[in-house]
Amino acid sequence: MSLESLYQQIILDHYKNPRNFGEAPGCAVSVEHENPLCGDHLKVAINVADGHITEIKFSGKGCAISQASASMMTETMKGRPVEEARSLVEEFRRMMRGDQEFAALDEAGEMEALKGVLQFPVRIKCAVLAWDALESCLRGL
Amino acid sequence: MTSAVVLPTKTVGLDVERIRDDFPALHQRVNGKPLAYLDNAATSQKPQVVIDAERDYFEHDNANVHRAVHTLSSRATLAYEGARDKVRRFINAPVRESVVFTRGATEGINLVVYTWGRGNVQEGDEILLTEMEHHSNLVPWQLLAQWSGATLRYLGLRPDGTLRLEDLDALLTRRTKVVAFTHMSNVLGTINPVAEIVAAAHRVGAVALVDGAQSVPHMPVDAQALDLDFLAFSGHKMCGPTGSGALYGKRHLLEAMDPFLAGGDMISSVSLEGATWNELPWKFEAGTPSIAQQIALGTAVDYLSDIGMEAVFAHEQELTAYALDRLGSIPGLEVYGSAPQRGGVISFNVEGIHPHDLAQVLDQEGVAARAGNHCAQPLHRRLGQPASCRASLYLYNTEDEVEALVRGIRLAKTFFGA
Repeated sequence: MSLESLYQQIILDHYKNPRNFGEAPGCAVSVEHENPLCGDHLKVAINVADGHITEIKFSGKGCAISQASASMMTETMKGRPVEEARSLVEEFRRMMRGDQEFAALDEAGEMEALKGVLQFPVRIKCAVLAWDALESCLRGL
Repeated sequence: MTSAVVLPTKTVGLDVERIRDDFPALHQRVNGKPLAYLDNAATSQKPQVVIDAERDYFEHDNANVHRAVHTLSSRATLAYEGARDKVRRFINAPVRESVVFTRGATEGINLVVYTWGRGNVQEGDEILLTEMEHHSNLVPWQLLAQWSGATLRYLGLRPDGTLRLEDLDALLTRRTKVVAFTHMSNVLGTINPVAEIVAAAHRVGAVALVDGAQSVPHMPVDAQALDLDFLAFSGHKMCGPTGSGALYGKRHLLEAMDPFLAGGDMISSVSLEGATWNELPWKFEAGTPSIAQQIALGTAVDYLSDIGMEAVFAHEQELTAYALDRLGSIPGLEVYGSAPQRGGVISFNVEGIHPHDLAQVLDQEGVAARAGNHCAQPLHRRLGQPASCRASLYLYNTEDEVEALVRGIRLAKTFFGA
């Protein structure tokens, strides 16, 4: 287990240049989740039209893993039908439990980089935080 | 001068290398690096004598206490009550009746809240805490305030992480029923002036509870000299096993309190209509206690007493000064708290690196440090930081281990480009 297997280049890139990061005053639904373990808080905001996620943003403070995972999540979800997004969250959770291969969700080929987190069990919570927040957003619809 | 006796050089400090030999867990490599265990505020490592004491009990004396006439039960009872005497001496409690065995500081504080608190705190009363409390000396009192309608008041902090003692007199009123505060902050390392605060509490007729989780393992604490009403601490932070610990309480307070948990061993007689309580301290020890663990806590107390708590404290003071100096040499690193009286708990952040990521890099370097809010969310909110990284020292830590910490932080800065 090396540092490089956890913090792969793709993760560091998403951490330093997060996609879809920022406040989203125009978004209709937003949910803030906290990780009491590390004090991180992360807000996910979405807009939905015609059953699709038309806009998605995230904001907050967190470690490299939670921020990179949030960034990848927003890229994955933008434009998706709501039902598909819901099942993708479930798939991601299965992946982070080691119950499913990463390929299924990995259209951009980047999600694979989060596989390293599985070797660091205490960090899995960090990776799942944004996905949990999105699920709460979708539940509110 | 031919037969001059050569005196050994006076060793001012501890013989840390010899002490380290007593702790088997310290001698391992983590991720290929020698372990530098710097998470002692969370829990300490255990010396071999403590590990042996627990095992010996199970191998030879295992029986329930205070119940049977057979030999094993008698041995178990003697050892268990013997451990109580050791703990009594360690904190200089006047009588053994004042030492209630608990699973740790959290249970001790809850015991006071659920029994003394419910019996004595009413609507309109005030509970005075501080802004630096661990959740375990905060949330139980919040519950008590909810049940009773009492008001919570807080003694604030100065920028250096000491308590705003100048506000103490204004905050203490005739309505103040209890002042509960930590002896030493588990985040800032601040050592609070216990005697002064306790005396102020007593002047308005309030009871004083001290959370000794971070002080009793690291310095001499004299319950009588400080005139404490209650003192709660955990065994596992002072070389003892998890599940061990004690609550000290003044006898007349404990006597007037209702029991906490009810069941076997805490009663004197039971009929179908009701029960009368056992004598102190067993009134508060319902059910089968952590017998093996408390016996081994007694061994831990012997171990620390043999070394001497003054010497432990002096070593940690020296090492803390060294660590603060070395950490101060790292650009972008901020240490929280600069109290003149402080112990070996050092919380910090490095600009541009999340503490979780920092602790991860440190772990790769064999350095065990903690990242998070250290069960002190209100304090972190006040610091304007959701979390911090914490290195906490004990009697077996060395300057080499501090250097490993410094190297790890430098590596993290390179890795994350901070």
